[in-house]
Amino acid sequence: MIRVEHVTKYYGNTPAIRDLDFEIQEGECVGFLGLNGAGKTTTLRLLSCLLLPTSGKVTVRGLDVETDPHEIRKFIGFLPDQPPLYPEMNVADYLTFAGRLRKMENSAIQKRLPEVMDTCGLTDVAQQPIHSLSHGYRQRVGIGQAIVHDPDLLILDEPINGLDPVQIVEMREMIRALRGKHTILLSSHILSEIEQTCDRILMLHQGQLAAQGTEAQLAEKLGTGVTIKLSARGERSALQSVLQSVPGVVDVQFQGGTDSLQHVVVRTAEDVREQMAKSIVSADLGLLSLEREATGLEQIFVQLSKGGSQTGAATPGHTSPGNAAAGGEA
Amino acid sequence: MKSIGLIVRRELAAYLRTPAGYIIAGVMLLWQGITFNAYAVGSEPSLSTDVLLRFFEVAGGTTIVSGVLFSMRLLAEERSNGTQTLLFTSPIREGEIVVGKYLASFVFLSVVILLSLYLPALIFVNGKVSYGHIASGYLGLLFLGGSTLAVGMFASSLAKHPFLAVLLAGMFAALLEICWWVARISEGSWASIFEYFSPFYNHFQPFRRGLLQLSDVVFFVTLVYLMLLASTRVLKSQRWQ
Repeated sequence: MIRVEHVTKYYGNTPAIRDLDFEIQEGECVGFLGLNGAGKTTTLRLLSCLLLPTSGKVTVRGLDVETDPHEIRKFIGFLPDQPPLYPEMNVADYLTFAGRLRKMENSAIQKRLPEVMDTCGLTDVAQQPIHSLSHGYRQRVGIGQAIVHDPDLLILDEPINGLDPVQIVEMREMIRALRGKHTILLSSHILSEIEQTCDRILMLHQGQLAAQGTEAQLAEKLGTGVTIKLSARGERSALQSVLQSVPGVVDVQFQGGTDSLQHVVVRTAEDVREQMAKSIVSADLGLLSLEREATGLEQIFVQLSKGGSQTGAATPGHTSPGNAAAGGEA
Repeated sequence: MKSIGLIVRRELAAYLRTPAGYIIAGVMLLWQGITFNAYAVGSEPSLSTDVLLRFFEVAGGTTIVSGVLFSMRLLAEERSNGTQTLLFTSPIREGEIVVGKYLASFVFLSVVILLSLYLPALIFVNGKVSYGHIASGYLGLLFLGGSTLAVGMFASSLAKHPFLAVLLAGMFAALLEICWWVARISEGSWASIFEYFSPFYNHFQPFRRGLLQLSDVVFFVTLVYLMLLASTRVLKSQRWQ
């Protein structure tokens, strides 16, 4: 549905995104993840025809954003980071106006409105002026305007920004409910959000695609495999040689401890806790604890952000063939 | 066309629902009322026609000021509120946005201009003026207001904030009038060129005296057209920023 080919966007002399290259299929729910200033908003604004690329090509359903923005806008719903609300209008009037702007007939809007209000939880405030609404409700009205015309492509920039925990859960439910019906792109710097709502993640760092794929694929791409934390009694050198003899161990790091007590972080290609425990015990070293550390998206994110694109380049052997994790080739 | 109508209706509703429009209209009408008594009628007995001429002189000034003030919320407000994103991600052309907003502000300003009709009507209490003179003066005011709004629209398309927009609009409007002063200290063809660009001093004066000239109408219509065209270009160029 969307093709982004070698797109670069400069604001003055500052590059916001550099040589971005990816593809999004019809019906996918894709999350753009990145720190502030990573280029998420710029990317989404390019896709919604608000900005033009400095170089490269963006096409949506084969239509070029540069030459056919008018056609593309017919099937796009966009929620910017600041919802585009007219404070003096009431919710129902505003959503009607948004529908009319998208060329909907009045009768079609009247039929559609109750559905939209229900999806966004706005039924109770339909007649209230927007300026009297709380931030969470405004955000919902923002989503309402984005979905009122039932667009094929829904683009949400930081949809949970500024919401409280209860509202975040509701928003997540709402996005889940919209999945399948629409192709959804959303951005966030909050990892758990993307993890829980999206099929696929595009991770941006300093304007470049740092990685893409599902959470599992990203973990694989990084080659971190498994991180095991353990504490054991015994001398450091003895423990080190035992650990390194365990097959699959990539890296052993000692973190503090005393002469006779060691705390170690071990990185392994796969989960080798059993063999590791066995080896330590059979070497007569007192094993006190051994646990696998969760490799959540969070950790992947931090590592990728630190390393930028070089992390991907350093572990080419771990990219499984055919998956979408091969950044730059998609 | 449908989209233009849609924008016009929303804009007009916004004018009616927000206090700014009423406040500007109220202050302008009050000022016109006061100056009508103090300046146009005055304490000395004078000809009805002179009273009308002096009234239109004041009304021309207030119309320019109202036009500048009304134009501030045209495009700059959308930009500072972030609402332009809604328009720009909808299948509606930049030109339609500009024309729709312009028409709405023009309708509102026209109502404010016409609300002062009771003042020249008062002249009939003690005197007599021709209806044609009043009609010509008001037509001039509408052209003057309409062109000021168009200049304000252009300023509003450049500014990121309504306050900046109003300053810029005031500056542009003042620059056009300053042309008249520049014309007075210039010589030969330069003088007539500069004089030509002054809406109030050059093109409004015939209307004020009851004289309808095609050249003045052409001037105002061209000014409006060029300003709206420029505003549309500015909006289009924003995608390149």
